[in-house]
Amino acid sequence: MTTSARADGSPLLAVRDLTKHFPIKRGIFGRVDGAVRAVDGVTFDVAPGETLALVGESGCGKSTTGRAILRLIEPTSGSVHFDGQDVLALDAADLRKLRRRMQIVFQDPFSSLNPRMSIGAIVREGLTIHHLAEGSAADNRVRQLLEEVGLRSEYATRYPHEFSGGQRQRVGIARALSVEPSFIVCDEPVSALDVSVQAQVVNLLQDLQRERGLAYLFIAHDLSVVEHIADRVAVMYLGHVVELAPVEMLYGEPIMPYTQALLSAVPAPEPGVKRERILLAGDVPSPANPPSGCVFHPRCQHPARDAACAKIVPPLEEKAPGHWAACIKQPPTAVSWEDQRAAGATNQPEFFLPRAALHRSA
Amino acid sequence: MTTPLLELENLHTFFYTDAGVARAVDGVSFAVGVGETVGVVGESGCGKSVTALSILRLVRPPGRIEPGSVMRFEGKDLMALDEREMQHVRGNRIAMVFQEPMTALNPVFTIGDQIGEVARVHAGMNKRDALAKAVEMLKLVGIPAPEQRAGEYPHQLSGGMRQRVVIAMALVMNPALVIADEPTTALDVTIQAQILELLADLTRRLGTSVLLITHDLGVVAENCTRVIVMYAGEVVEEASTSDLFARAHHPYTEGLLGAMPRVGGEKDRLATIPGTVPPPTNWPKGCRFRDRCPYAWERCETEHPPLYQIGGGHTSRCHLAEEPERRQHPHPPLAAQRGATAA
Amino acid sequence: MTPSAPLVGPRRTLARLLRDSRTRIAIVVLLVVALSAVFAPLLAPYDPSAQLDIVRLPSQPPSFAHPLGTDPYSRDVLSRLLYGGRISLAVGLGAVLLAMSFGIAVGAVAGFVGGAVDAVLMRFVDAALSIPRLLVLILVTSLWGSLGLVPLTLLMAGTGWFAVSRLVRAETLALREREFIVAARALGASPLRMLVRHVLPNVAAPALVAATLGIANVILLEAGLSYLGIGVRPPTASWGAIIQDGAERVSDLWWLTLFPGLAILVTVFACNALGDALRDALDPRQLPRGTDPTFAAEA
Repeated sequence: MTTSARADGSPLLAVRDLTKHFPIKRGIFGRVDGAVRAVDGVTFDVAPGETLALVGESGCGKSTTGRAILRLIEPTSGSVHFDGQDVLALDAADLRKLRRRMQIVFQDPFSSLNPRMSIGAIVREGLTIHHLAEGSAADNRVRQLLEEVGLRSEYATRYPHEFSGGQRQRVGIARALSVEPSFIVCDEPVSALDVSVQAQVVNLLQDLQRERGLAYLFIAHDLSVVEHIADRVAVMYLGHVVELAPVEMLYGEPIMPYTQALLSAVPAPEPGVKRERILLAGDVPSPANPPSGCVFHPRCQHPARDAACAKIVPPLEEKAPGHWAACIKQPPTAVSWEDQRAAGATNQPEFFLPRAALHRSA
Repeated sequence: MTTPLLELENLHTFFYTDAGVARAVDGVSFAVGVGETVGVVGESGCGKSVTALSILRLVRPPGRIEPGSVMRFEGKDLMALDEREMQHVRGNRIAMVFQEPMTALNPVFTIGDQIGEVARVHAGMNKRDALAKAVEMLKLVGIPAPEQRAGEYPHQLSGGMRQRVVIAMALVMNPALVIADEPTTALDVTIQAQILELLADLTRRLGTSVLLITHDLGVVAENCTRVIVMYAGEVVEEASTSDLFARAHHPYTEGLLGAMPRVGGEKDRLATIPGTVPPPTNWPKGCRFRDRCPYAWERCETEHPPLYQIGGGHTSRCHLAEEPERRQHPHPPLAAQRGATAA
Repeated sequence: MTPSAPLVGPRRTLARLLRDSRTRIAIVVLLVVALSAVFAPLLAPYDPSAQLDIVRLPSQPPSFAHPLGTDPYSRDVLSRLLYGGRISLAVGLGAVLLAMSFGIAVGAVAGFVGGAVDAVLMRFVDAALSIPRLLVLILVTSLWGSLGLVPLTLLMAGTGWFAVSRLVRAETLALREREFIVAARALGASPLRMLVRHVLPNVAAPALVAATLGIANVILLEAGLSYLGIGVRPPTASWGAIIQDGAERVSDLWWLTLFPGLAILVTVFACNALGDALRDALDPRQLPRGTDPTFAAEA
């Protein structure tokens, strides 16, 4: 199954059935007693130069996915192919070489920089590790990088704590750029920043993408920022990708009930417009004990929800060209009515799109 | 015109550090009426959290609420109360909901204990009655199986539940005013929606006033009747919510509104506010926003703007109120020209 | 925005140290002790081992000629005190430097690598920590007889690195999950590089504090051993040895106990004060996060 945006050329990054389970150990002997299924069979592609956003709430597994792709966390199973290479099969030396091409920007501008290294040293480290430049050539490169992210090159001798959150985030971006990657995992890069600073960093990321042809895996929970920067969006819930579509299609016509609820919950800066909300009951279940069948079924508000939803794990299907969703009650679905009835279904699939999920002013 | 519940007049809170005196809150005045939900909006460093702490006189050294600050609550000047009287106010007449529910709750005591403690301290209830009250409050904030939950510890609850518990603690004594400092920032967006609904519903039912501090204009739009925008330790704009969004006056407010990505909005470059907030140890003379303002002119450099009346309860700390034609001539702000655009 | 003043770096640490008057006194005291030890040959009026006049001068109370008196062997106490300072400081500094180097290395590797390596190393350290240090020292020195300076220093170091390794291991464990370590790995840093470039500079601070306190400890231990007669070989002067010489008649030959005792007291106090002050000055390394109401560099 290809879900890449380009019809021509193979994707830059191909993730198939990526899984990460964290074993839960109990007792003094560390007996394994179940697992936290943080990422449970995730599949998607990223084309060169595109931004795929990975959205979801806490505990959905998006951060773990990002790190597993880079092998900062070792996946339990599945495959990751970057530019044709099987990332999971590489040995340590080859992996280190590959790291040049795949980089990461972290969420927390306070803890992602070594407090005891000057920012010049921080940006320079990548150049040293990969023998890209030495001495004054390296110094020049560092200066260029700092300016490229909008920081004055004189700041190179200063330490991280002397800068604001937004500036530190820029340093993190410069560090990632220093090794000339073609793909960057942006792990909630603006979540910890104020709105006006967010805007600056988002603009910077877009500019850099345009100038350098970078591909981003943009992990976030803020749907308004995502709409701005993403080409395609994947929605995650409890370790599964439940919807994947180009950004206009996702926001214009969300298919999966969870996506609908997520969109309806975004506060709209229009006073006086009392938005209908889809209020989800209760909290997100624990990933150590996910519900059976469709992991979202206990909180789902689709009118056709029934017993079959608790039994059948919905496949991620192409409901419209390029628009994938995992729901057996939203037509079209390949899960036949006979199969559904056998699992206890009482309601036929029926297309449901509440107005509360839509944000476009009419 | 009824007397407002809370009236801040000329509040100054300074921090005396070895880097200098940080004038975190520098002359803030506003009022909150009975049953009103007022939003205080601003970014980090604007002084909104320190304002909240000052109202409850929770500011510790090296911070100090400067003499001359007046905080009138239910007719009494909070500055004139001694510590014991102040303790009677905290949690009882004015309650606070903090941003991080995990750090606001004591991890070694059960939920029931902690909610009950408020009742024990302020209403002199015994343990049994306090526990019953705690269960009642848990029910009120919509926590299922409240009797069972009352015996659980904070770490056994999710973030959304914990925030509900914190709200329950705040409402035990049916306070007249709840100060909520970024109550939903640490929560997921669907939980945020739940919590804000809850807060709005309860305060409407109980007639509680709410001072909602946040950086999210979206939250403000849906929950507040009046909005106060803070920048650099001062109030820079105050208006009814609809007025603020429809007719924002202060360039900082305009900038904030422009910088917000909106679902369903334009997909261009986000408008940004170049530059950063000046350090609170050294507020510039004149208007504190001038380096980042697209309309600033010479007057803004030397003359510190007062809060001008725009009309209809709308005030703005900007000389554009007297020279509105200047708005026709925007220019790149000084901060952008100097090349120090990065925040 | 113009970045605010640096809080990190040796210059700033020194500045913060010097701000407190207690710390200033401690530093001055230590400087005096150190300088008097270094310049002992110039300052001492007599040869510390010279028995000046065994007939007329033994056990003389302080006088003009001998400001701190003489010991039962008619040696000048002042000279012995000055030279004794050399012993104490040499053993103290030497032992601590060795112990720190070894302890930091072991602790950092154990904490960073984890797994079996960590388990083995720490079980060994645990076992070693359960044996009282003084007993070990006494045991070894009694079996081997009086030790020379170098063996004594090595012995002190060998028994003193365990606590540091535990400390550094704990710090390393905490540090390992910090995002800048993950970032270094993402850049392609080798584990060695991560350890040396990222972990060590950040665990140096608590280790440094432990080091200053360790010096005080070693000085006390050495004095104790010498007092028991199993420390440095006579006639080498050491503060403990001076006390030893007057041990049998403490109340009569009070100057043999008082002056070295004071020297030990003052030096140990100063080391402890410096250690405390260093702990405060090196910490916080980072400015507090956004919830802190004091402005901070977070705009």
